[in-house]
Amino acid sequence: MNDVLDVALRLLVVFAVFLVLPLVIGQTEHKVMAHMQGRLGPMYAGGFHGWAQLVADGVKFAQKEDVVPKDADRRVFQLAPAVALLPYLLVLVAIPIGPSEGAVGQVVDAGIFFVLAVMGVGVLGSLMAGWASANKFSLLGGLRTAAQLLAYELPMLLAAASVAMAAGTVSLPGILNAFEWWWLPWQIVGALVFFVAGLAELQRPPFDMPVADSEIIFGAYTEYTGLRFALFLLAEYAGIVVLCGLTTVLFLGGWHGPFGADGLGWVWTLLKTAVLAFVVIWLRVSYPRLREDQLQKLAWTTLVPLALAQIALTGIVKVAIQ
Amino acid sequence: MAIPGSGLAKGLAVTLRTMTKKTVTAQYPDVQPELPPRTRGVIGLFEENCTVCMLCARECPDWCIYIDSHKETVPAAAPGGRERSRNVLDRFAIDFSLCMYCGICIEVCPFDALFWSPEFEYAETDIHELTHERDKLREWMWTVPEPPALDPHAEEPKEIAAARKAADKAAEKAAAAAQAEAEAQAQAQEEQQ
Repeated sequence: MNDVLDVALRLLVVFAVFLVLPLVIGQTEHKVMAHMQGRLGPMYAGGFHGWAQLVADGVKFAQKEDVVPKDADRRVFQLAPAVALLPYLLVLVAIPIGPSEGAVGQVVDAGIFFVLAVMGVGVLGSLMAGWASANKFSLLGGLRTAAQLLAYELPMLLAAASVAMAAGTVSLPGILNAFEWWWLPWQIVGALVFFVAGLAELQRPPFDMPVADSEIIFGAYTEYTGLRFALFLLAEYAGIVVLCGLTTVLFLGGWHGPFGADGLGWVWTLLKTAVLAFVVIWLRVSYPRLREDQLQKLAWTTLVPLALAQIALTGIVKVAIQ
Repeated sequence: MAIPGSGLAKGLAVTLRTMTKKTVTAQYPDVQPELPPRTRGVIGLFEENCTVCMLCARECPDWCIYIDSHKETVPAAAPGGRERSRNVLDRFAIDFSLCMYCGICIEVCPFDALFWSPEFEYAETDIHELTHERDKLREWMWTVPEPPALDPHAEEPKEIAAARKAADKAAEKAAAAAQAEAEAQAQAQEEQQ
C-alpha cells in the first residue's frame, strides 16, 4: 500500500512540474523577449505584469473549435499532439534533481539510453502531424523535421556518449555521483554540441526551419487548432525544460555546486536549468533562422566532427588518469 | 581579421544590452502621453474674438470650415452719429473628418479667434459627429494651453516692445515736464530773493 502511495505521489509531483515549468518558461520568454526588443510584453492578464497571460491563452485555445481537415488521416492527426507531448513527461520522470533517493521520479539504470530514446519519439509527433494533415505545407514541414532529426540526433548521442564514457556509467544519478568540477572544461565541447543539437531537435529558433512561418506557414502544425495546437506549443516548452535539465545533469554537474548545504542540491539543479532556459530564449531573440542547407551543414560538418573529437579527448584523458 | 564567431557574440550583446535599457512602450490608455508643446490635437474657437471675416473658411484647403452670419445695425454711439452695422456669428463649424490639421486657419486669423489644443481623444462612431459646432469648438478653448515661454535671449514680442516704447516715451515726457517745473520754481525763488 505504501509503495503504491509512494509511486502515485512521485508521479503527481512530476506531473505538476511538467505542467508548471513549461508555463513558467513560456511566460519568461514573453517577458525576456519583449524587454530584449525594447517592449514590455504582456501587461494586462492577471493584473500584475500580465503574469496570467499563458493561462488566458490556454482558456482561449480551449474555447476554439477542434477542426480536423476532411482529407486528413483522422486517427493519426488527432493522436499526433499526444505523441509530441508525452515523451517529455516520461523523460522528466528519469531526471534527478537532487542527490537523495526522493529527488528523482524513477531511477532508470540505463538512464541516458532511456532519455535520449524517448526524446527522439517526441519528434515523431511532428512527423505524424505533417503526414496526416493532407496539406503540402504540413508535409514539407514534416520532411524538414525528419531531416533535422536525422542530422542532429547523431551529434547529440555522441556528446552524451562522451559523458557516459567519462563517468563509466549510463545511469543519470551515477553520472552525477562521479562528477568532478574539472569535467566542466573537459566536456565543454560536448556540452555545446549537446545543447545546440538539442535546440535543433526542439525546432527552436534559430533552428526553426521546419515551422518557418514565412515559408511554410507553420510547418507540420499548419492544420491544427484549439487544444491540439496548444499541446504542440506546450511540447516545445516542455522540451526546453527537458533539454535544459538534461544538459544540467550531463554536463553542468546537476546538484553539485561551489557551495551550499547538503539538502539544497535541487536548488542548484533548478538554477542551472533556469539559466540554460534563459540562454535558449536569448538565442531565439538574437539570431535569425538558419536556411535548410545551412542547418544540415552545421550538423554534418561542424557538430558531428566536434562530437567525435570530444569522444577522442574523453577517451585519451580517461586512459591517462587511470 | 575578426575572430570567427565574434559576430555571434555581438548579436547576443546587443539583445542583452537592450534588455537592461528602459523600454519604449507607451502604455497609452493607462498613461497619458507627454505631448510636445504646440501639439496639434484639435482646433478651439474663441468666438468672442471672431468678426466673421471669413478668412479662415476661404484659406482652408479642405473647405472644412462652415460659417453662417447675419448683419445687425447698432444704434449710434453718440447723439447725431451714424448707425453702425456689424456681423453676428450664427454658425461656426469645423468638420474634423475633412480637416488635415494644416493650421492655416489659425495662422491666418487676424483676430486671434482660433487656437490649437493638444486634446486628441474625440474619436466618434459616426462620421457626422466629427463636425464640431460652435459650442463644442468653444469648449475646446478651455483646453488650450498657455503659449510656451520664449527661448532665452529671444527677441521681445512685438506687443511688449510697442508697449514698452510707449511707456518709455510717456516717462520721458513726464520727466521733462517735472524738470521744467522744477527749474521754473527755482527761478521764481531766485527772483524773490
